[in-house]
Amino acid sequence: MSAPTLEVRNLCTHFFTRAGVVKAVDDVSFTVDRGKVLGLVGESGSGKTVTGFSIMGLVDAPGRIVSGSILFQGKDLATLSEEEMRHLRGNRIAMIFQDPMMTLNPVLRIDTQMIETVLAHEKVSEDEARQRSRDALGMVGIPSPDERLKSYPHQFSGGMRQRVAIAIALLHRPELIVADEPTTALDVTIQGQILAEVQKLCATTGTAMIWITHDLSVVAGLADDIAVMYAGKVVEYGDVGEVLDKPLHPYTHGLIGSVPSRNKRGEPLRQIPGMTPSLLNLPEGCAFRARCPRAQADCVQRPELREWLPARLARCHHPHREEAAAA
Amino acid sequence: MSATDAEIYATRSFTETEVPMIELKGVSRRFAKKLDVAAKLARKLGADVKEEVVHAVDHVDLRVRKGEVVGLVGESGCGKSTLGRIVAGILPQSEGQVLWNGQDVATLPGEAARTAKLRRQMIFQDPYASLNPRMRVADIVGEAPQVHGLIKRGGFDEYVDEQMRRAGLDPAFKRRYPHQFSGGQRQRIGIARALAVQPEFIVCDEAVAALDVSIQAQILNLFMRLRRELDLTYLFISHDLGVVEHLSDRVVIMYLGRVVEEAPTERVFTAANHPYTRSLLDSVPRIGNRKRAFATVKGEIPSPLNPPSGCHFHPRCPLAFDRCKVEVPKLKAVDSLHRSACHLNDRA
Ligand SMILES: Nc1ncnc2c1ncn2[C@@H]1O[C@H](COP(=O)(O)OP(=O)(O)OP(=O)(O)O)[C@@H](O)[C@H]1O
Ligand SMILES: Nc1ncnc2c1ncn2[C@@H]1O[C@H](COP(=O)(O)OP(=O)(O)OP(=O)(O)O)[C@@H](O)[C@H]1O
Ligand code: SF4
Ligand code: SF4
Ligand SMILES: [Mg+2]
Ligand SMILES: [Mg+2]
Repeated sequence: MSAPTLEVRNLCTHFFTRAGVVKAVDDVSFTVDRGKVLGLVGESGSGKTVTGFSIMGLVDAPGRIVSGSILFQGKDLATLSEEEMRHLRGNRIAMIFQDPMMTLNPVLRIDTQMIETVLAHEKVSEDEARQRSRDALGMVGIPSPDERLKSYPHQFSGGMRQRVAIAIALLHRPELIVADEPTTALDVTIQGQILAEVQKLCATTGTAMIWITHDLSVVAGLADDIAVMYAGKVVEYGDVGEVLDKPLHPYTHGLIGSVPSRNKRGEPLRQIPGMTPSLLNLPEGCAFRARCPRAQADCVQRPELREWLPARLARCHHPHREEAAAA
Repeated sequence: MSATDAEIYATRSFTETEVPMIELKGVSRRFAKKLDVAAKLARKLGADVKEEVVHAVDHVDLRVRKGEVVGLVGESGCGKSTLGRIVAGILPQSEGQVLWNGQDVATLPGEAARTAKLRRQMIFQDPYASLNPRMRVADIVGEAPQVHGLIKRGGFDEYVDEQMRRAGLDPAFKRRYPHQFSGGQRQRIGIARALAVQPEFIVCDEAVAALDVSIQAQILNLFMRLRRELDLTYLFISHDLGVVEHLSDRVVIMYLGRVVEEAPTERVFTAANHPYTRSLLDSVPRIGNRKRAFATVKGEIPSPLNPPSGCHFHPRCPLAFDRCKVEVPKLKAVDSLHRSACHLNDRA
């Protein structure tokens, strides 16, 4: 078996702020194989974006990767120089942001932007670069791409703009794409179109993808594996179907229970009490302790991510093990 | 009223003599889209540039009976918020009538008009933007009822404490400012403020859209509990069909300013009539779906400035036929509980 496209091991990215050290990403590990989609889920502030930025080498001061490794086809990205990283970015690894204007330049025509992107990394003729750009737009379902190439970003709807941003990410047929909530702001019918195209893409080109979202339903239909984050840590990791059907971690359990369609109509939703703790003063031991219905005395000891069942990991002293093991 | 009572209630059709709590008759709202500088200049130079008009809400009929929760869904820009603001009495319609307990609010005398307005309150998506950052929570919650004489002399603190507790906030925090609260708590402040004037009808506009799932569940539960305790009626606006399905007795679906379908919730989710509703339901990702191909509706949502002729949905509709391009389909009864605006229903 060849090496996975990406292997993140014990990644820690901290922000050294005046108020204290924010452990935004604190011991995160996962693997993404060729052609597979990893869903990275968690609530606001759990560290999803910082994880994505760490992989892309985009973490700025006062933040930095303090430990761990990010192995891209076996090579540790955390040790690369800024110059080497820049070469990889937009070439072999690409990021799609929630706001497509993070990728697009508002004052340049789409063709100018796309052709420049191609030429920045490859020695091809301008004609060839234009052809590549056209193909990429077609691939994400933009009708009459020749005409569209001549437009400016403001002439597109939000959904179209996001497609263009995805097309730009695809220009070099990257081996890895980190997508940070790219459909969250879009309407469901447009989200559906983009998800369908993304799914097709990974299957046909072998691109590995990390899809960051807080929406479990999107991950359910799109991802192969899922990593659930809470307060900077991965608390559960495994096959998407297994995790969503038989969660091990009490937090995952609660999260799935909160989804309205999982509850009987009109009945109170199962809710997780309390709220996410501040990363600046996390409780000792398990960060979910104050909200956890299964908490016991030993939860003041920090739990490690542990394989409770084959290929099923959870960071918890008392996971829902029997339920998960049952057929 | 218990949820089950309400459910039975919703599956009953409106009788001829029944007076809904709120009723809209042929309500429209148009907005003139102001010309930008370039367009104004072009017009000065003699170019044929017209001020564009958006039909944000286009001839909508809507009835909500006391105790009901009506869900209003549709994609961005279809006019949900505009309709909600008209229902709440904070935006005038361009055309049509708004009736409160059977009376046209435009013809109500001063005092009655004020009461009718106070009885209808709105809760917004972004609690932060709708809360004055320089006011303490106690004043945010207590100001309106004080002004309207709902608080007896010397009873301010007690009144505010009661409102806060009811919304799940600790009254000990009443001297704090909005920025000192989390998103979910801020939404609770918005709820406490709306309920403080003792409304009967609440328009919730994307009231949980900005919240994390676990916090969203807490707020949705609060809405349901308050409905029972205070006998409230809701118009619940959301683009999240899962939320609407969970909470509503009846669902109204809009597309580009028009209501295209209306039915009891169960019916909408199991036997939708309108092709747009069906496409919408197919597009919704569901947690039970695994590695499934996402269903797609073709095409973009058209600009409301220049909506397609006839049935607005025709360029995206898989079943469109000639008539759809030229004639606007009317919202007609499919049966006594269910209305839909599609020409296919005229084909036997
Ligand atoms: N530049 C920064 N300085 C200090 N703290 C930061 C900085 N950037 C991020 N953080 C903190 O890191 C934590 C994780 O943030 P991150 O943006 O990764 O969350 P997220 O899971 O992507 O949330 P969301 O769903 O809201 O996008 C947060 O507590 C955030 O406040
Ligand atoms: N004050 C206004 N002036 C001009 N146009 C407006 C105004 N308010 C709304 N519109 C337009 O009316 C249409 C309907 O807007 P509305 O906000 O009601 O939609 P919505 O369904 O609530 O959308 P969303 O889901 O994005 O909140 C849109 O095209 C919008 O641009
Ligand atoms: S370690 Fe303890 S507190 Fe943390 S999730 Fe598991 S049972 Fe709950
Ligand atoms: S009226 Fe025609 S275009 Fe409109 S929904 Fe019905 S079949 Fe489709
Ligand atoms: Mg983020
Ligand atoms: Mg709105």
